[in-house]
Amino acid sequence: MNKRFFLGVAISLVFYGVIQALITGEVLNDSYVDTLVIMGVNIILAVSLNLINGFTGQFSIGHAGFMSIGAYVSAILTTNEGYSFPLALLCGCLAAAVAGLIIGLPTLRLKGDYLAIATLGFGEIIRIVWLNNDYVGGASGLNGIERVTDWTWTFFLVLITVVVIQNIVKSSHGRALIAIRENEIAAESMGVNVTRYKVIAFVVGAFFAGMAGAISAHYFYGIAPNSFNFMKSFEILVFVVLGGLGSTTGVIVGTILLTLLFTYLQDFPEVRMIIYSLILILTMIFRPKGLLGSVDVSKFFTKKGGASKDGGTTTTP
Amino acid sequence: MLAVKDINVFYGAIHALKGVSLDVKEGEIVTMIGANGAGKSTILKTLSGLLKPQSGSIEFLDKPIHGKVAQDIVKRGLVHCPEGRRVFANMSVEENLELGAFLRKDKKGIADDMASVYKRFPRMLERSKQLAGTLSGGEQQMLAMGRALMARPKLLLLDEPSMGLAPLLVREIFNIIQEINQTGTTVLLVEQNANMALSIAHRAYVIETGKIVLTGAAEELASSEEIKKAYLGG
Repeated sequence: MNKRFFLGVAISLVFYGVIQALITGEVLNDSYVDTLVIMGVNIILAVSLNLINGFTGQFSIGHAGFMSIGAYVSAILTTNEGYSFPLALLCGCLAAAVAGLIIGLPTLRLKGDYLAIATLGFGEIIRIVWLNNDYVGGASGLNGIERVTDWTWTFFLVLITVVVIQNIVKSSHGRALIAIRENEIAAESMGVNVTRYKVIAFVVGAFFAGMAGAISAHYFYGIAPNSFNFMKSFEILVFVVLGGLGSTTGVIVGTILLTLLFTYLQDFPEVRMIIYSLILILTMIFRPKGLLGSVDVSKFFTKKGGASKDGGTTTTP
Repeated sequence: MLAVKDINVFYGAIHALKGVSLDVKEGEIVTMIGANGAGKSTILKTLSGLLKPQSGSIEFLDKPIHGKVAQDIVKRGLVHCPEGRRVFANMSVEENLELGAFLRKDKKGIADDMASVYKRFPRMLERSKQLAGTLSGGEQQMLAMGRALMARPKLLLLDEPSMGLAPLLVREIFNIIQEINQTGTTVLLVEQNANMALSIAHRAYVIETGKIVLTGAAEELASSEEIKKAYLGG
C-alpha cells in the first residue's frame, strides 16, 4: 500500500462524485448516462482483453463469447431464479472464468494466427449455443431483465477491474506474463510455467469479460445472441490496439474516445465498420505502439511501487 | 553430476536423438560439437525439460529429472541459456536479470548475485535501465548469460554462445565461460566453433546425426586427425 495507490483511487472517487452530482442535478440526462455505462462496460472488456493480448501476447479474439456467458448466466439467475444481482454477477463472472479455463487449456498450445482462429471459433460456438437454446430465448434472446446496474455500479466495477489487473501486471506474476510475450522459450527456461500463466491470464480476462456482460445485461433490459457476435470481439480488439497493446492507460483512453465516436455515429451503422478498419490501419502505420505510446499514469492504481515498466509500451530511447 | 542414459527424442516422426548417453562431472566444462542439425541443441532442450525424451533416463544430482517440467529442473539448479540469446527485448537489462531469478525467493541472495553479475559484466551495469532489445549482439549474449546465472545454476547449459559474434567478442565470451566455471559452476557447452570450445573444455562429445560418435579429453580430440578434418578446418 503506498501513497500513490490511494491518490489514484481518491482522484477516481472525486471523478465519480462529480459525475454522480451532475446526474443527480440532472445536468447529464439519461442518454449521457447510457454512454457512460457503455463506456464503463467497454473499458472492462478492453482492459481485460489487454491482459491476454497486450501483456501475455496471446492473440485472442473471442472476448465477446465470454462476455455473453456473464450476461446470460447472470440474467437467467436474476430473472428466472430470483438471485440477487451481486450474487448473479459473481456467478456470471465465475461461469465465464470456467469457460476461459475449458477453452484455454487446449487452445493455448496454439500460437499466433492459430490461436486467433481457435478463439474466434469458440466465441462463435458460444453464441450459437445461445442462439439455438429455447430456454434462453433463441434468436430473440432474453428480455424483461430488471435494470439493476447504473453509473455507480459500473464505475466501481471498472475501478475494481483496473485495480486488480494493474496489480497483477505489476506483480512478479505480471513479469512472468510479459516474459512469455517477449520470448516464450526464454521464459520457460528461466522457470516460468508458460502454460499455467497463459491459462491464468485467459481465465482472469474471461472473468472480467463476464462481469462486463452482466453489467450490460442488467442495464439494457435485454440481451440477444447477435450482440455478442464476432463484430463485438473485433470492436474490443480495436479498443486495445488503438490504446496500445500492454498499456492500461492507453487502452482506457482509446476506449473512451472510440465509445464517444461511435455514440455519435450510431445513426450511420454502415460507416462504423469503415471507421474501425481505418482506425486500425492508421494506428498500425502511425502509432504502432498505441495512442499513448510510452505514457503511463496507471501506476497510480497499483499498490506496488512503479519499479517495473509497463511492458511493451516503452519507446526505445 | 549429470548422467544421461540412452535417451531417444522424436520431433513428430523424426528420430532426432538415437540413444544418446553422456555424463558431466562436477566442476567440468564439457562441450558437445558437431555439424548443424546433429542434435546438439536438442540434447540441451531435453535436459532442461523443454522437450521430453521418449525413452531413456536423465539423472541430475542423483535424482531422475526426465519427464519433469522445466521449472522443476531450473529449481534443482540445471539452467539452460538457450540458443540465439532470446533476451526479453522490451524489458530493461535489470528486469531481464530479475527474471532470471524468477523462481528464487531469497531477496538477499538475489541482490548478491545481481551485484556479482554486474561485476562480471560491467557493461550490463552501465546499461541496466536500457531496454534489452537495444543492446548489441555481444551485449545481448552477456545479458542472456547473466540472466541464466541469476538462477544460481549448479550446471549451466550454454547453447552456441558465440553465434554471430565478432572474433574478439567470441574470445571474451569464452574467457567469461572459463571464469564462470572457475567460480564453481559446471558448464555443458554446445558450440559450432569447435576450436574455441575444445580450447577451454575438459572433455568433449562429438555428435553426428543424433548419435554420439566420439568422446574423450578435449586436448586429445583437438589433436585428432579425424576431428581436425571434419570440424576444425584442416
